[in-house]
Amino acid sequence: MAQVLVVTSGKGGVGKTTSTAALGAALAHDGTKVVVIDFDVGLRNLDLVMGAERRVVFDLINVINGVAKLPQALIRDKRLESLHLLPASQTRDKDALTEDGVAKVIDELRTKFDWIICDSPAGIERGATLAMRYADAAIIVTNPEVSSVRDSDRIIGLLDSKTAKAERGERIDKHLLITRYSSSRAARGEMLSIDDVLEILSTPLLGIIPESQEVLRASNVGSPVTLSNPLSAPARAYFDAARRLKGEQVSMSVPSETRSIFNRLFARKAA
Amino acid sequence: MSLFNFFRRGSAPIARERLQILLAHERNAGSHPDLLGVLREEILAVIGRHVTIEPDKVQIKMDRGKTVSTLAVDIEIPNRDQLPDGVPRYSRLMFDAGRDDGSLELKGSGI
Repeated sequence: MAQVLVVTSGKGGVGKTTSTAALGAALAHDGTKVVVIDFDVGLRNLDLVMGAERRVVFDLINVINGVAKLPQALIRDKRLESLHLLPASQTRDKDALTEDGVAKVIDELRTKFDWIICDSPAGIERGATLAMRYADAAIIVTNPEVSSVRDSDRIIGLLDSKTAKAERGERIDKHLLITRYSSSRAARGEMLSIDDVLEILSTPLLGIIPESQEVLRASNVGSPVTLSNPLSAPARAYFDAARRLKGEQVSMSVPSETRSIFNRLFARKAA
Repeated sequence: MSLFNFFRRGSAPIARERLQILLAHERNAGSHPDLLGVLREEILAVIGRHVTIEPDKVQIKMDRGKTVSTLAVDIEIPNRDQLPDGVPRYSRLMFDAGRDDGSLELKGSGI
Protein backbone atom coordinates (compact mmCIF):
# COMPACT_ATOMS: atom_id res chain seq x y z
CA MET A 1 0.00 0.00 0.00
CA ALA A 2 1.21 3.46 -0.89
CA GLN A 3 2.64 5.62 1.87
CA VAL A 4 2.32 9.39 1.71
CA LEU A 5 5.10 11.22 3.54
CA VAL A 6 5.47 14.93 4.15
CA VAL A 7 8.92 16.41 4.73
CA THR A 8 8.35 19.52 6.80
CA SER A 9 10.07 21.79 9.34
CA GLY A 10 8.49 25.20 9.74
CA LYS A 11 11.86 26.91 9.49
CA GLY A 12 13.50 27.40 6.11
CA GLY A 13 16.97 26.28 5.12
CA VAL A 14 17.18 23.27 7.44
CA GLY A 15 17.36 20.68 4.65
CA LYS A 16 13.81 19.70 3.65
CA THR A 17 14.47 19.66 -0.09
CA THR A 18 17.89 18.01 0.29
CA SER A 19 16.34 15.35 2.54
CA THR A 20 13.37 14.80 0.21
CA ALA A 21 15.72 14.16 -2.73
CA ALA A 22 18.13 12.00 -0.71
CA LEU A 23 15.42 9.86 0.91
CA GLY A 24 13.48 9.59 -2.36
CA ALA A 25 16.55 8.21 -4.15
CA ALA A 26 17.44 5.94 -1.20
CA LEU A 27 13.92 4.46 -1.15
CA ALA A 28 13.87 4.05 -4.95
CA HIS A 29 17.27 2.38 -5.04
CA ASP A 30 15.88 -1.18 -5.02
CA GLY A 31 13.29 -0.47 -7.71
CA THR A 32 10.56 0.66 -5.30
CA LYS A 33 8.41 3.23 -7.07
CA VAL A 34 8.86 6.68 -5.56
CA VAL A 35 7.55 10.11 -6.50
CA VAL A 36 8.76 13.33 -4.90
CA ILE A 37 6.43 16.34 -5.12
CA ASP A 38 7.49 19.96 -4.74
CA PHE A 39 4.80 21.95 -2.89
CA ASP A 40 6.74 25.22 -2.86
CA VAL A 41 4.57 27.04 -5.41
CA GLY A 42 6.33 30.13 -6.75
CA LEU A 43 9.73 29.12 -5.40
CA ARG A 44 10.34 25.62 -6.68
CA ASN A 45 13.75 24.12 -6.06
CA LEU A 46 13.36 20.35 -5.84
CA ASP A 47 13.81 20.18 -9.64
CA LEU A 48 17.17 21.96 -9.31
CA VAL A 49 18.37 19.78 -6.44
CA MET A 50 17.36 16.67 -8.43
CA GLY A 51 19.05 17.97 -11.60
CA ALA A 52 15.83 18.00 -13.66
CA GLU A 53 15.39 21.79 -13.97
CA ARG A 54 15.95 21.81 -17.73
CA ARG A 55 13.31 19.17 -18.38
CA VAL A 56 10.25 20.63 -16.63
CA VAL A 57 7.28 20.79 -19.03
CA PHE A 58 4.23 20.74 -16.78
CA ASP A 59 3.81 21.07 -13.02
CA LEU A 60 1.52 20.29 -10.09
CA ILE A 61 -0.75 23.30 -10.76
CA ASN A 62 -1.12 22.30 -14.45
CA VAL A 63 -2.31 18.87 -13.33
CA ILE A 64 -4.74 20.38 -10.80
CA ASN A 65 -6.10 22.79 -13.43
CA GLY A 66 -6.47 19.99 -15.99
CA VAL A 67 -3.98 21.57 -18.41
CA ALA A 68 -1.92 18.39 -18.27
CA LYS A 69 -2.48 14.79 -17.30
CA LEU A 70 -0.49 13.48 -14.36
CA PRO A 71 1.72 11.12 -16.46
CA GLN A 72 2.70 14.08 -18.68
CA ALA A 73 3.84 16.14 -15.73
CA LEU A 74 5.88 13.42 -14.03
CA ILE A 75 9.60 13.62 -14.77
CA ARG A 76 11.46 10.34 -14.61
CA ASP A 77 14.88 10.53 -12.99
CA LYS A 78 17.71 9.93 -15.49
CA ARG A 79 19.71 7.84 -13.02
CA LEU A 80 16.98 5.84 -11.23
CA GLU A 81 14.12 4.51 -13.32
CA SER A 82 11.73 4.11 -10.40
CA LEU A 83 12.21 7.69 -9.12
CA HIS A 84 9.89 10.43 -10.39
CA LEU A 85 9.48 14.14 -9.75
CA LEU A 86 6.33 16.26 -9.85
CA PRO A 87 7.59 19.86 -9.94
CA ALA A 88 5.92 22.89 -8.39
CA SER A 89 4.79 25.74 -10.58
CA GLN A 90 6.63 29.06 -10.72
CA THR A 91 3.35 31.01 -10.74
CA ARG A 92 2.94 33.68 -8.11
CA ASP A 93 -0.68 32.72 -7.57
CA LYS A 94 -0.58 30.40 -4.56
CA ASP A 95 -4.38 30.06 -4.54
CA ALA A 96 -3.98 27.84 -7.59
CA LEU A 97 -3.16 25.07 -5.13
CA THR A 98 -6.55 23.80 -3.92
CA GLU A 99 -7.38 21.22 -1.29
CA ASP A 100 -9.58 19.19 -3.68
CA GLY A 101 -6.98 19.40 -6.42
CA VAL A 102 -4.21 18.14 -4.14
CA ALA A 103 -6.49 15.33 -2.88
CA LYS A 104 -7.15 14.15 -6.45
CA VAL A 105 -3.48 14.21 -7.42
CA ILE A 106 -2.44 12.31 -4.26
CA ASP A 107 -5.20 9.72 -4.83
CA GLU A 108 -4.03 9.12 -8.39
CA LEU A 109 -0.40 8.89 -7.28
CA ARG A 110 -1.37 6.32 -4.62
CA THR A 111 -2.38 3.94 -7.43
CA LYS A 112 0.95 4.29 -9.24
CA PHE A 113 3.63 4.58 -6.53
CA ASP A 114 4.81 2.90 -3.33
CA TRP A 115 6.08 6.10 -1.73
CA ILE A 116 4.79 9.63 -2.28
CA ILE A 117 7.05 12.21 -0.66
CA CYS A 118 5.70 15.75 -0.34
CA ASP A 119 8.41 18.42 0.01
CA SER A 120 6.78 21.16 2.09
CA PRO A 121 7.64 24.83 1.72
CA ALA A 122 8.89 26.65 4.83
CA GLY A 123 6.35 28.45 6.99
CA ILE A 124 2.85 27.49 8.05
CA GLU A 125 0.89 28.98 5.16
CA ARG A 126 -1.25 27.27 2.53
CA GLY A 127 1.55 25.41 0.73
CA ALA A 128 2.84 23.92 3.98
CA THR A 129 -0.60 22.92 5.29
CA LEU A 130 -1.57 21.35 1.94
CA ALA A 131 1.72 19.44 1.73
CA MET A 132 0.94 17.77 5.07
CA ARG A 133 -2.83 17.55 4.56
CA TYR A 134 -3.06 13.99 3.17
CA ALA A 135 0.11 12.54 4.67
CA ASP A 136 0.15 9.18 6.44
CA ALA A 137 3.42 10.06 8.13
CA ALA A 138 5.61 13.11 8.61
CA ILE A 139 9.35 13.64 8.64
CA ILE A 140 10.22 16.70 10.68
CA VAL A 141 13.61 18.06 9.63
CA THR A 142 15.37 19.84 12.48
CA ASN A 143 18.78 21.40 12.96
CA PRO A 144 20.23 21.23 16.49
CA GLU A 145 19.62 24.95 16.91
CA VAL A 146 17.08 26.87 19.00
CA SER A 147 14.90 28.49 16.32
CA SER A 148 14.69 25.29 14.29
CA VAL A 149 13.64 23.22 17.32
CA ARG A 150 11.03 25.78 18.28
CA ASP A 151 9.54 25.84 14.77
CA SER A 152 9.54 22.03 14.68
CA ASP A 153 7.47 22.02 17.84
CA ARG A 154 4.99 24.34 16.16
CA ILE A 155 4.81 22.08 13.10
CA ILE A 156 4.26 18.99 15.28
CA GLY A 157 1.24 20.80 16.73
CA LEU A 158 -0.13 21.43 13.23
CA LEU A 159 0.46 17.80 12.20
CA ASP A 160 -1.63 16.68 15.18
CA SER A 161 -4.50 19.04 14.43
CA LYS A 162 -4.67 20.14 10.79
CA THR A 163 -4.05 16.94 8.81
CA ALA A 164 -6.86 14.84 7.35
CA LYS A 165 -5.69 11.91 9.48
CA ALA A 166 -5.77 14.00 12.67
CA GLU A 167 -9.25 15.29 11.83
CA ARG A 168 -10.45 11.69 11.49
CA GLY A 169 -9.20 11.11 15.03
CA GLU A 170 -6.22 9.03 13.89
CA ARG A 171 -2.61 9.68 14.81
CA ILE A 172 -0.17 10.73 12.15
CA ASP A 173 3.21 8.97 12.43
CA LYS A 174 5.93 11.48 13.15
CA HIS A 175 9.65 10.98 12.62
CA LEU A 176 12.39 13.39 13.56
CA LEU A 177 15.32 13.80 11.16
CA ILE A 178 18.17 15.80 12.64
CA THR A 179 20.36 17.36 9.95
CA ARG A 180 23.66 19.29 9.94
CA TYR A 181 24.72 17.56 13.13
CA SER A 182 28.30 17.80 14.32
CA SER A 183 29.28 15.20 16.94
CA SER A 184 32.40 17.10 17.92
CA ARG A 185 30.60 20.39 18.48
CA ALA A 186 27.86 18.67 20.48
CA ALA A 187 30.54 16.90 22.56
CA ARG A 188 32.16 20.27 23.30
CA GLY A 189 28.81 21.61 24.41
CA GLU A 190 28.62 24.10 21.53
CA MET A 191 25.61 22.49 19.90
CA LEU A 192 22.40 20.99 21.26
CA SER A 193 22.88 17.24 21.62
CA ILE A 194 20.59 14.62 20.08
CA ASP A 195 19.23 13.86 23.56
CA ASP A 196 18.45 17.54 24.14
CA VAL A 197 16.44 17.74 20.91
CA LEU A 198 14.65 14.45 21.49
CA GLU A 199 13.75 15.41 25.05
CA ILE A 200 12.32 18.77 24.00
CA LEU A 201 10.34 17.48 21.00
CA SER A 202 9.56 13.98 22.35
CA THR A 203 9.27 12.59 18.84
CA PRO A 204 10.87 9.32 17.66
CA LEU A 205 14.18 9.73 15.85
CA LEU A 206 14.42 8.66 12.19
CA GLY A 207 18.04 9.54 11.61
CA ILE A 208 20.96 11.84 12.24
CA ILE A 209 22.54 13.42 9.17
CA PRO A 210 26.03 14.73 9.86
CA GLU A 211 27.14 18.13 8.59
CA SER A 212 29.11 17.43 5.41
CA GLN A 213 30.53 19.14 2.35
CA GLU A 214 29.06 16.29 0.31
CA VAL A 215 25.58 17.80 0.71
CA LEU A 216 26.62 21.07 -0.96
CA ARG A 217 28.48 19.20 -3.67
CA ALA A 218 25.40 17.09 -4.38
CA SER A 219 23.19 20.16 -4.82
CA ASN A 220 25.88 21.83 -6.97
CA VAL A 221 25.82 18.96 -9.44
CA GLY A 222 22.04 18.40 -9.20
CA SER A 223 21.99 14.96 -7.68
CA PRO A 224 20.57 13.54 -4.44
CA VAL A 225 23.54 12.91 -2.14
CA THR A 226 22.53 9.24 -1.93
CA LEU A 227 23.24 8.98 -5.67
CA SER A 228 26.16 11.39 -6.10
CA ASN A 229 28.25 9.78 -3.35
CA PRO A 230 26.42 6.81 -1.80
CA LEU A 231 29.35 5.93 0.48
CA SER A 232 29.66 9.40 2.03
CA ALA A 233 28.62 9.90 5.65
CA PRO A 234 25.39 11.84 4.94
CA ALA A 235 24.38 9.35 2.22
CA ARG A 236 24.84 6.40 4.57
CA ALA A 237 22.77 8.21 7.19
CA TYR A 238 19.99 8.79 4.64
CA PHE A 239 20.11 5.13 3.53
CA ASP A 240 19.75 4.07 7.19
CA ALA A 241 16.80 6.44 7.61
CA ALA A 242 15.16 5.02 4.46
CA ARG A 243 15.53 1.47 5.82
CA ARG A 244 13.90 2.57 9.09
CA LEU A 245 11.01 4.04 7.09
CA LYS A 246 10.58 0.62 5.46
CA GLY A 247 10.27 -0.87 8.93
CA GLU A 248 13.75 -2.35 9.32
CA GLN A 249 15.54 -2.19 12.64
CA VAL A 250 18.76 -0.27 12.08
CA SER A 251 20.92 0.74 15.03
CA MET A 252 21.22 4.50 15.40
CA SER A 253 24.65 5.96 14.81
CA VAL A 254 26.13 9.09 13.33
CA PRO A 255 28.13 7.97 10.29
CA SER A 256 31.47 9.71 10.02
CA GLU A 257 33.62 10.28 6.97
CA THR A 258 36.01 7.37 6.61
CA ARG A 259 39.34 8.80 5.64
CA SER A 260 41.75 6.41 4.04
CA ILE A 261 45.33 7.46 3.35
CA PHE A 262 44.38 7.75 -0.30
CA ASN A 263 41.48 10.03 0.58
CA ARG A 264 43.66 12.19 2.79
CA LEU A 265 46.30 12.56 0.11
CA PHE A 266 43.71 13.83 -2.32
CA ALA A 267 41.56 15.64 0.22
CA ARG A 268 42.46 19.09 -1.00
CA LYS A 269 41.90 18.25 -4.66
CA ALA A 270 38.59 16.55 -3.96
CA ALA A 271 37.18 19.37 -1.86
CA MET B 1 31.73 9.68 -9.08
CA SER B 2 34.38 10.06 -6.39
CA LEU B 3 37.13 9.14 -8.84
CA PHE B 4 35.74 11.75 -11.19
CA ASN B 5 35.93 14.27 -8.36
CA PHE B 6 39.68 13.86 -8.06
CA PHE B 7 40.22 15.19 -11.54
CA ARG B 8 38.26 18.40 -11.29
CA ARG B 9 38.44 21.46 -9.16
CA GLY B 10 35.22 21.08 -7.24
CA SER B 11 31.58 21.27 -8.11
CA ALA B 12 31.03 25.04 -7.98
CA PRO B 13 31.66 25.56 -11.74
CA ILE B 14 28.92 23.02 -12.48
CA ALA B 15 26.53 24.82 -10.13
CA ARG B 16 27.40 28.15 -11.76
CA GLU B 17 26.71 26.89 -15.28
CA ARG B 18 23.44 25.17 -14.29
CA LEU B 19 22.21 28.37 -12.65
CA GLN B 20 23.21 30.55 -15.59
CA ILE B 21 21.24 28.38 -18.02
CA LEU B 22 18.20 28.10 -15.76
CA LEU B 23 18.03 31.79 -14.86
CA ALA B 24 18.50 32.88 -18.49
CA HIS B 25 15.37 30.88 -19.34
CA GLU B 26 13.40 32.05 -16.29
CA ARG B 27 14.22 35.73 -16.78
CA ASN B 28 13.14 35.54 -20.42
CA ALA B 29 9.84 33.98 -19.45
CA GLY B 30 8.58 37.30 -18.08
CA SER B 31 9.31 39.51 -21.10
CA HIS B 32 8.45 37.26 -24.02
CA PRO B 33 6.58 34.00 -24.05
CA ASP B 34 8.40 30.72 -23.92
CA LEU B 35 8.97 29.76 -27.58
CA LEU B 36 8.92 26.04 -26.88
CA GLY B 37 5.65 26.44 -24.97
CA VAL B 38 4.09 28.30 -27.89
CA LEU B 39 5.33 25.72 -30.40
CA ARG B 40 3.96 22.93 -28.20
CA GLU B 41 0.50 24.52 -28.04
CA GLU B 42 0.35 25.31 -31.77
CA ILE B 43 1.53 21.88 -32.87
CA LEU B 44 -1.14 20.26 -30.71
CA ALA B 45 -3.79 22.69 -31.98
CA VAL B 46 -2.99 21.96 -35.65
CA ILE B 47 -3.12 18.20 -35.15
CA GLY B 48 -6.24 18.59 -33.03
CA ARG B 49 -8.01 20.34 -35.91
CA HIS B 50 -7.81 17.17 -38.00
CA VAL B 51 -7.98 14.35 -35.50
CA THR B 52 -9.05 13.89 -31.94
CA ILE B 53 -5.95 13.75 -29.82
CA GLU B 54 -6.18 11.75 -26.66
CA PRO B 55 -4.22 13.62 -24.00
CA ASP B 56 -2.93 10.29 -22.68
CA LYS B 57 -1.36 9.53 -26.06
CA VAL B 58 0.78 12.64 -26.12
CA GLN B 59 4.28 12.77 -24.74
CA ILE B 60 6.12 16.03 -24.54
CA LYS B 61 9.76 16.41 -23.62
CA MET B 62 11.82 19.54 -23.33
CA ASP B 63 15.44 20.19 -22.64
CA ARG B 64 16.50 23.78 -22.07
CA GLY B 65 20.13 24.13 -23.05
CA LYS B 66 22.70 26.89 -23.06
CA THR B 67 22.62 27.65 -26.80
CA VAL B 68 20.01 25.16 -28.00
CA SER B 69 16.79 23.92 -26.45
CA THR B 70 14.85 20.95 -27.73
CA LEU B 71 11.18 20.12 -27.82
CA ALA B 72 9.98 16.63 -28.66
CA VAL B 73 6.27 15.99 -29.16
CA ASP B 74 5.17 12.40 -29.65
CA ILE B 75 1.50 11.97 -30.58
CA GLU B 76 -0.36 8.75 -31.20
CA ILE B 77 -3.10 9.26 -33.80
CA PRO B 78 -5.80 6.65 -34.32
CA ASN B 79 -6.09 5.58 -37.99
CA ARG B 80 -9.48 5.71 -39.68
CA ASP B 81 -9.22 2.20 -41.04
CA GLN B 82 -9.43 -0.72 -38.70
CA LEU B 83 -7.40 -3.89 -38.69
CA PRO B 84 -9.40 -7.00 -39.64
CA ASP B 85 -9.77 -8.08 -36.02
CA GLY B 86 -11.25 -4.74 -35.10
CA VAL B 87 -8.16 -3.44 -33.31
CA PRO B 88 -7.75 0.25 -34.14
CA ARG B 89 -4.55 1.16 -35.93
CA TYR B 90 -2.40 3.92 -34.66
CA SER B 91 0.07 6.23 -36.32
CA ARG B 92 2.63 8.18 -34.45
CA LEU B 93 3.78 11.66 -35.28
CA MET B 94 6.98 12.91 -33.77
CA PHE B 95 8.26 16.43 -33.89
CA ASP B 96 11.72 17.33 -32.81
CA ALA B 97 12.27 21.06 -32.75
CA GLY B 98 15.24 23.15 -31.82
CA ARG B 99 17.92 20.80 -33.03
CA ASP B 100 21.54 21.86 -33.42
CA ASP B 101 21.09 22.91 -37.05
CA GLY B 102 17.87 24.77 -36.28
CA SER B 103 15.77 22.31 -38.25
CA LEU B 104 12.39 20.94 -37.34
CA GLU B 105 12.23 17.21 -37.84
CA LEU B 106 8.94 15.51 -38.57
CA LYS B 107 8.65 11.79 -38.40
CA GLY B 108 5.59 9.66 -38.95
CA SER B 109 5.16 5.98 -38.45
CA GLY B 110 2.27 3.59 -38.89
CA ILE B 111 1.80 0.39 -36.96
